[in-house]
Formats: sequence, C-alpha cells, structure tokens
Amino acid sequence: MNMRSFAIRYGFLLLLLGLVLFFSIVAEGFAGPRSAVFIFQSVSITGILALGVTATLVVDGFDLSIGSVATTALMLSAYVMVVLEMSAFTAIIACLIMGAFVGLVNGLLIVKARVPDLLATLGMMFLLIGLQRIPTEGRSISTGMKLPSGETAEGVYSQSFLWLGRHRLDFFLENLIPIPVIIFLLVGVFIWLFLELTRHGRLMYAIGSNETATALAGANVNKYKILAYVISGITASIGGILLSARLGRGDIASGNNLLLDSVAAALIGFAVLGAAKPNAFGTAIGALFVGVLLQGLTMMNAPYYTQDFVKGSVLVIALIFTFALSSKGRKTSH
Amino acid sequence: MELACQISGIVKSFGPNQVLKEVDLELPSGTTTVLMGANGAGKSTLVKILCGVHNADAGNVTLFGENFSPASPSDAFQSGVVTVHQTINNGVIPDLDVASNLMIDRLAESSAGFFLRTEKLRSEARKVAATMDLDLDITAAVKDLGLADRQMIAIARAMTRKPKLLILDEPTSSLSANEAKRLFKLLANLKEQGVAILYISHRMSDIRAIADRIVTMRDGKISGIFDGPSLDYEGAVTAMLGQKMVHGKLQLQEKGTPIFELRDAKLSKYSNPFDLVFYKNEIIAITGLLGSGKTAIASAIFGLNPLFGGDMLLHGEPYNPKSPADAISKGIFMCPKDRSTNAVVSDFDITNNMVLPFLDRHSWFSFLKPKNLERKANVSISELGIVCQSELDLVTTLSGGNQQKVMIGRWLSEKSEVLLLDEPFQGVDIKARRDIGSQIRQSSKDRATLVFVAELDEAVEIADKIVVLHEGSYSGIFENKENNIADILSLYSGKPSETLAEARGSLNG
Repeated sequence: MNMRSFAIRYGFLLLLLGLVLFFSIVAEGFAGPRSAVFIFQSVSITGILALGVTATLVVDGFDLSIGSVATTALMLSAYVMVVLEMSAFTAIIACLIMGAFVGLVNGLLIVKARVPDLLATLGMMFLLIGLQRIPTEGRSISTGMKLPSGETAEGVYSQSFLWLGRHRLDFFLENLIPIPVIIFLLVGVFIWLFLELTRHGRLMYAIGSNETATALAGANVNKYKILAYVISGITASIGGILLSARLGRGDIASGNNLLLDSVAAALIGFAVLGAAKPNAFGTAIGALFVGVLLQGLTMMNAPYYTQDFVKGSVLVIALIFTFALSSKGRKTSH
Repeated sequence: MELACQISGIVKSFGPNQVLKEVDLELPSGTTTVLMGANGAGKSTLVKILCGVHNADAGNVTLFGENFSPASPSDAFQSGVVTVHQTINNGVIPDLDVASNLMIDRLAESSAGFFLRTEKLRSEARKVAATMDLDLDITAAVKDLGLADRQMIAIARAMTRKPKLLILDEPTSSLSANEAKRLFKLLANLKEQGVAILYISHRMSDIRAIADRIVTMRDGKISGIFDGPSLDYEGAVTAMLGQKMVHGKLQLQEKGTPIFELRDAKLSKYSNPFDLVFYKNEIIAITGLLGSGKTAIASAIFGLNPLFGGDMLLHGEPYNPKSPADAISKGIFMCPKDRSTNAVVSDFDITNNMVLPFLDRHSWFSFLKPKNLERKANVSISELGIVCQSELDLVTTLSGGNQQKVMIGRWLSEKSEVLLLDEPFQGVDIKARRDIGSQIRQSSKDRATLVFVAELDEAVEIADKIVVLHEGSYSGIFENKENNIADILSLYSGKPSETLAEARGSLNG
C-alpha cells in the first residue's frame, strides 16, 4: 500500500485521533469518560438522522425533509401527550407512523410521480414546517398553554417518555450513558447490518451505482428506493422523539440545524476508510468527528458563533478527501 | 466531377486501441456516398474527425483542395461541413420553440443583436421550414413534438448552415416511410446544388433509395467501394461483415424437447405474424441489421415490454412475464446488450457483479453468505478464464472482454430454461469472443439459448440455427450449414428470393 492509498484509507481516522490527542493535551478536562459521553450525546440525534439520510444516499437519492420530519415528530409527540392527554406509548407510535408515512410519500413522489429527489423532499420539508404549526396556531406546546379553542392544555409529558431523553445508565461510573446515545448506537448497528450484510442493502448499493443494470438483474428498484425513504423517515422521527424527550416541551423553534448537521455527517462519512460512497460506519464517525471538534473548541473557549463555520470547513475538507484524492471518487448526482 | 473532400491516410487511436487504420476516402460533390459498417468498425470516429470532435493522429483531410483540420464543431460547420448526429437530442434544444431551434445558429453569431426580434426570427424560420416541407407550428416547443419531427428539425437546422459536405448519421432511424421520402427528396435537391453527402445507414431500403456509391468499413479500414450505375448491395453487406464468411464447422447439437414457443408473434403494427419454437440444447442466433426487431423479441421474453401481438408459451403453458424478476423466477434469463449502461455495476467487485440477480439464493434470512458468493464467483472466473487478481477486484479494473465475461458468467452461474444473450460479443476482443462462445456452447445442454447478434459472422460462429429478421419482420430460419450461408446473407440484406420463399417455414415445424 503506497502513501497515497494509505492516506485516503486512514487519513480521516488519523485526523480524528490527532484531534482527540490534541484536545486532550490542550483543553483541560477534555480527556475523560464524562466528556466523551457528552460528545456522544451532543451528536446522537444528528447521528440518527444522518444514518437515515445515508440510506437514501445509497440508492443515489437525497432526503432534505429529515430535519422537518424530526421537528414534526417533536411537535406531534407533544401534541399527543399534552393536548390529547394520551400515553407516551401512543405518542411514540404516532411519531413512528408519521415518519414512515412521510418517507412513503417521498418515495412515491420520486418513484411514481417522477419528481427529482431533491425537489420532492424540499417540497415535503416546506409542507411539514408549515403543517406542524397549524394545530397550535404557531405556538410551542407545553402544559398549561392556551389552546385555539380557548381551553387550557392539561396533559403532561409522561415520566417514561422523558426517560428516553434524560435518563442515564450506570456504566462503571454512576449515571454515565444517556439513553439517546444507546439508541444512536443501536440505530447505527442496525443500519450498518442492513446495508453491509443483507441482500437488500447490497441491492440498494447496486441501484445507487447502476439502476438500469440492477433492474435488469430482476430487482424491484422502485420498492427499494421507497424503502430507503421510509427508513430515512423513521430514523428522523426517532430523532424527533429523542429531541422532544430531552426538551420536555413542543418547542416550535428547535431543531433548525438538524438537516444541515446530519447531511454533513453523512457526507463526511464518504471520506472514512476511503469508502468514497455513503456508508453507515462512516456516517457515525462523521457525526463524532464534528462532535469532537466542537466540544474541543468550546472547551478552548471558541465562541459559539464559529460553530457553523467549523462544521462547514470540515465538510469541505472531507469532500476533497473523497473526490479529489480518491481515484475512484465517483460522480454523485448531487 | 469536383472532389469535395479527400481523406487520406487517417489514423486514430484511443489508448492502445487503434480505431482507424489509414483510412482513404474521396467524397465527390453532388454525390450521395453511403457509409456502411458494423458496430466498432470506425464509422463514428471518422465522422467525429470530419466534424471537429476528434483530431486525427496522422493523415490529412482536404476540403475543395484546401487543408481541413477543424479544431471544433463550430469550426467545421463554418467551413461548410455540417453533421446531423444520430442522437437527435444533440441536434435540438427541447425547451425552445421550433423557430428558435431552426435559427439558433443565427442567434449564436456574434453579429446578432442583443434583443430578440421575434417576428423577424419567425418569418425567417418559416422560410427555412418551407424549403424543408416542414408542416409544423413554429411556435410550438420542441419538447412537445415527436421524435420524427425533432429529427426533421435537426436536419432543417443543418440546412440553415449552408453545407458543402453534409454528413447524416442514421437519419431515418426514427422517421416514418413518408418522412423518409421527404428527407430523400430534400437530399436529392441538395445533391443537384452540388453538395457532397455522406450518409451513414444500415437500412437497406434507404440505401437502395439514395446511394450513388457505397463505401464499407470494417475494423478501422475501408473494406469495399461500390460504384457505377448498378450497385452490388449484397457485395456491400459481405464487405461490411468481412471478406470471407467462412463457416465455423460447428458440431451441431441434437435438439431436445420444445421449451419455448412464439405463436402468431407480431413485433410491430406492420410486421407479419410468425411462429418460432425453441428446443432444449439448441443455440439459436437471431440476427438482422439494426432496427430489425431483435430487441423487441428479447424484451418481450424477458418481461420488459409485451409483444405487439401473439402469444408466448413456456413448456406449453401461456407465459406472460410481468417483470424481469418474474421472468428470472421462471428460469428465463437475459444478458442485456450495452454492458456499461445495462449490466455493469461499476462500484462493485467481480463477485457482487456476478451474483447480483441471485442474491436471494445466497442468503439466509436476508443475510448474505459471503463464502457462497466467493465460491460461485471463483467457479465462473475459472470456467470463463477471466483475467483478474482475485474475485475481489473492482469490475471496472478489468478489460472490456473480461467485464463481458463477468456479465455472461452472471447468467451462466445458475440453471436456466431459456437464456437470452443480447449482443454478447459487443466490444470484446477476439480471444474473449472465443472464450465466451465456447462456454456458451459447452453449457447449452438442457436449456434453449437465444443469441441476438447484428453481425452475421458472430451468428455463424456460435449457433445451431439462424433466424433472420428484416426491418421488424421475420424473414426466415436456417440451419447453420455452409450451403445456407448465401441464402441467409441475401435475406439479411433484405432481398427475398423465390427459392427462399419455399425455404421459409420449412424448418418451422
């Protein structure tokens, strides 16, 4: 293996390792389990969304609606528990169904109505951002709020729902690992298994590389494309549920950055291990990379308003790794 | 007669691949020269050199005695060499209206004004349309028009460039008979005005209608020039296919029981219905020039498009596949033509390309079994002699011939009832062609194999029987024997003879 291919394959992981070492030395308190867990927690929701968008990237698609699916799930769960006074379980099921349904509609728009993926999901994003404001006339949802009908919302977030966002499991140290981190890891393992080890994942990669050839090999291309958007919708709604459980209220202004952050994580993932293609492991590492960088810089007192600039720079560097350095830097449609 | 264009000693290579090997050609003014040649013979490369897309490595071209080496397509047509390409959509701009399309070159001139003068544009466009007999609303958007109209617009647009040498690449492939006649009339006018026309086509009916001369190309060289008051069309086809149509002396297979039948099959509205039966162990080549209907048969059997009319039977039962997946589950496999668009998954290694259609057979509760995949791939690699480092090589690192072997291996790796191979020798070298051919023959037991090839010598090389199609209709079926070759050839070039009328169907029992 020559220098160049070594750099393409391990460059990004080494960069991550270097960053961790650098911050461990320079920033006091960076090295340590609590700080590590904090990083994981900060990226868990974007990571989950990014894993979903990875599935759509695999079939050479794109899902711009994930951020708005997540915020819709946030508002929907709050509405179900606070306004409709239903259980946590109902709220979760409603959100998952909503996510799957949005994914299905996205998929059908793209496959049946032949709307280009970016435009279909952009339209869906707009639609959802508007839709989630209608039931409460644009206000955030919390216990005791005044409803459009003049009544007062009496429901509360149930403890078991809040547990999802706030509980921490003991792991060597007391109260160490938050539930969202566990769910992030579970979703990551699941998407990885699905994409890498099952025939369905293999066919989805084949579709992303040559759709016509895959169809002529007898695969139901449309079904797999729709499936990719359904997966993306469901993972986005899981992200929204966790956001809701962390906030404890249906905050209309939350989740603005989710779309850009998660798309960035998935694209950074192209550079990991020289894959030059969307992959679940890379996406997870991509999310962590951004998390490490932001946490380290924050601990070195970098102001909050530099964060987006840092994320954007990382993304641009990762894209150079993927497309300029890697000889197989394949042409993607987006 | 004045010589419009003289091409001498043109050589062109792409990498190690020499596509044109010293081509010499003269194109006289006021004459229609038809250029024939099989895929890969070098026709399009020659055209691209004339129209300024490629530069020749050696040799020179003169235009009316002056040296001509266009640096770009616009350079070429400013010198009077105008080309209508085969891909129509390169010749029109779909979102603009007909008038703008016809006048686009005028608009692109640097002397054109800044503002559009719509009325002037339209009146000039109407004049152009009138000279072409184009009966179109010139304010209509081109995207709303059919292929034939678009083709006529592309041609009309070429006329506005005042050609001295007009090159047309398969211009009638999407035209109806009437539209083709209109085009021929126009070409006759141009010819009278002294324009030299280079007309590339496979369609014998076109060639008979307009050719003053026929030039054939094969393997990057001119293989024949046919001139004079009466043209030798069959000789031209022979020259295009190769000088000697030698018979391969195959050991013909004993046919087994019938597997697949076409009954009263019609490929298009105008074609005659025909019956065909395919037997076990048999390899049938279905051959004919471009546009003869080969693809229609292949896609009907593989479940891509239904037949225009008639029935298909598999083991005597009606067979109406809904999709390729349906066809595959019934044991009907197809290796499509144009492997880079239709078959190769370029991000995948050899193994995954090979097993793509059969992933379900190599998985356990959807989880793939890597050991099985590896074994399957290695069997095919050794059977077909695929040159590679290992089964994990990316398929795109292989040569064209080896990529094609992977694609053939994909469909030979599992047992099939009917195997359709559409142009299996497309873009492969002679060694790979032999390997693929012998593997197809060796494995042909217990299935019917249909090989769709445009080139007759490929059919002769591999098949037990040869079916000839001509312009969408069935013309005959022959055993692959030496004394049938002449008849096959004459049907192939579209000339039915009386003796052949009897031969037709005699094998069709």
